[in-house]
Amino acid sequence: MLDVFIFATLNGLVTGLLLFMLASGLTLIFSMMGVLNFAHASFYMLGAYFAYSISLYFGFWTGLIFAPLIVGVLGAFVERYGLRRVHQAGHVAELVFTFGLAFLIEEAVQFFWGPGTKNYQQPELLDFPLFTLFGQEFPAYRGFMIGISITIFIGLYYLLTRSRIGIIIQAAITHPKTVANLGHNVPLIFMGVFGVGTALAGVAGVIAGPVLTTFPGMAVVLGSIVFVIVVIGGLGSLAGAFIASLLIGLLQSYAIASDVGVPDLLNLLGLEFARDHPLTDLWTMTLPQIAPILPFLLLVLVLIFRPTGLLGKREQ
Amino acid sequence: MKKLPIVPYLKPLLLATLLSASSAVQAQEPVRIAFMDPLSGAFASIGTSGLKQIQFAADYLFNSKGGILGGRMIEIVPLDNQQSPTETQIQFRRAVSDNLQIIVQGNSSAVANALNSAVTRHNRRNPGQEILQINYSAVDPILTEENCSFWHFRFDAHAVMKLNVLTDYIAENQDLKSVYIIGQDYSFGQVVSDTSIRLLNEKRPDIEIVGNEFHPIGQVKDFTPYVTKIVSSGADAVITGNFGADMVSLARSIIDNGLDIPIYTFYAAYDGITATLGADGKNKIRLIHNETSNPIPTEERKAFIRAFKAANPNNDVTQPRIINALSMIVAAMEETQSTDPYDIATALEDMRFTTLSGEEIWMRGEDHQIFQSLHISVHTDEGVEFDADNSGFGLFSEFHVPAEETIVPVNCSMDRPRR
Repeated sequence: MLDVFIFATLNGLVTGLLLFMLASGLTLIFSMMGVLNFAHASFYMLGAYFAYSISLYFGFWTGLIFAPLIVGVLGAFVERYGLRRVHQAGHVAELVFTFGLAFLIEEAVQFFWGPGTKNYQQPELLDFPLFTLFGQEFPAYRGFMIGISITIFIGLYYLLTRSRIGIIIQAAITHPKTVANLGHNVPLIFMGVFGVGTALAGVAGVIAGPVLTTFPGMAVVLGSIVFVIVVIGGLGSLAGAFIASLLIGLLQSYAIASDVGVPDLLNLLGLEFARDHPLTDLWTMTLPQIAPILPFLLLVLVLIFRPTGLLGKREQ
Repeated sequence: MKKLPIVPYLKPLLLATLLSASSAVQAQEPVRIAFMDPLSGAFASIGTSGLKQIQFAADYLFNSKGGILGGRMIEIVPLDNQQSPTETQIQFRRAVSDNLQIIVQGNSSAVANALNSAVTRHNRRNPGQEILQINYSAVDPILTEENCSFWHFRFDAHAVMKLNVLTDYIAENQDLKSVYIIGQDYSFGQVVSDTSIRLLNEKRPDIEIVGNEFHPIGQVKDFTPYVTKIVSSGADAVITGNFGADMVSLARSIIDNGLDIPIYTFYAAYDGITATLGADGKNKIRLIHNETSNPIPTEERKAFIRAFKAANPNNDVTQPRIINALSMIVAAMEETQSTDPYDIATALEDMRFTTLSGEEIWMRGEDHQIFQSLHISVHTDEGVEFDADNSGFGLFSEFHVPAEETIVPVNCSMDRPRR
């Protein structure tokens, strides 16, 4: 039992940190521009595909560096020549724009790379078990994923709270006009943040691609969950996104690892239902069975009891 | 105003040319067959690959040889149902309004069931304008048992037939003491789980079922938490009915986490899956399927595969049963000289047909279920003349069960329309 618990924690950590890499960019962009970027997970997918193509010629590590850069530049272009123009038409237009962009990117990926799964592999350098515990191996690549995510989190945290750029960004979030009056180029800052946000999604794609498989549906699978995280954490709150990411990662992982379900509850209550009962699906439901949809349940609960999210400040 | 004298003659002349033109069009009018499968979205790779195969089969086997029914071409009309039962209803309405009377569909038993009930309802209400459902891959037994219909034909062995063979194979391996079953949480996944448990209990009561897990279809990002459970259960083998991205992710997680046990599957090959599993999956992954893989038995089928690869270098002939289904529909049309669904259905019943592999297959009349030999193949790069995904890896068939041994009792009472 202990081994399951330890590995469930590690798995939850990997998923949670990966989700955070996506959610951090999304929430940063939201807090600056007030627009939910529906195409955010698509940039994650682009990261994986670019890295795959680069890795075919130059290996994994080159892909790790250049794919996020390409995605970031692409993101900056989208902001500069797409979002900024649409911005004048209001938030709804921006929302619809990013929504359409997500479809466009998915179709483009299918067009250029085809609809099949891509054979994107982790580097051989990391193809060994980091440690073996209770007969279970923990792959070194997963350790590497944790390492990268934590490095990025710390780096981002210092950049935002300690550096001059970070202070300007923070000021631009709350008082864009004042910052502009002080002589800073606020649109440039917006473009930069959008670029960095999408580049972070790109990094997530590069390191997740080999593990979660690289296929055109990868954005859709992860996209919805990232929104859930941003909303649960509180729109625009980086710390909230961090907590929510880990919470959801661990929640899912523990739910899968657990072996309890409605039958156990019924046993506890001393109830029993025939196997041909019309609601038999309900009586035999187990927690692992519904684990992947638990985040959405949590979302509903959070929205009912704390509409601003865990650490959200917005109240309008 | 004076009319030119030619005008009175012009009218009938024009009419005559128009008439003859339209009758010429009549003779040339293509036989239209709808192909309804996911052509976009998460499962697009399987659907688009199937579409390429049926289109190629139509061109290679029939259109290039002058068509069917005395010169009519086959036209495959793609309908994208995104593998959703809801979208299937919409596409079904489209097929009805476009006057498409044959719908070929394969992916997902949930979709096939939805289509089955839509077709049955439509045919009951619109006698004379019936629609025929040609199911090449949805293997929930219910389609040829409780919900069997005169208008539905299945060209793949159903899940229980396949599991019968698979559990025979597993039971032979005396080292196997425990099995973990994991699958997508929908009708087919449930059938795989229930049937595996039942058959293994009969054949090898000493094999322990150490896990029986369901997960939502297409929702799982990372299978590692499941693999953790499989490892700690101490299972000697895994059985799964997963397909598409759920199959790749599961197999990759098992391999990446250093779990070295056999994985018994239905759909773990082609469309990027073989390439992604690569050398890591060698001799670990086994599939149960109809139509033998390497070595390919006949020159005819080899020629077909080579021609297909020449036309579609990035795809493979993943589902020879699509070719069988199309060929048998055409044989039924030729036999009755008709494209009417009722005539085709009547001719298909108890039809015996020799496939490109040189094997005679039988469409049972009582429940419209095909019977042909079943095979278990291993993912390897040895003895693989025709690989998958151009990866050097492919399937090598190592266990064969002749058609007679796959026959299951009829469990269907069909409402037969009277003409």
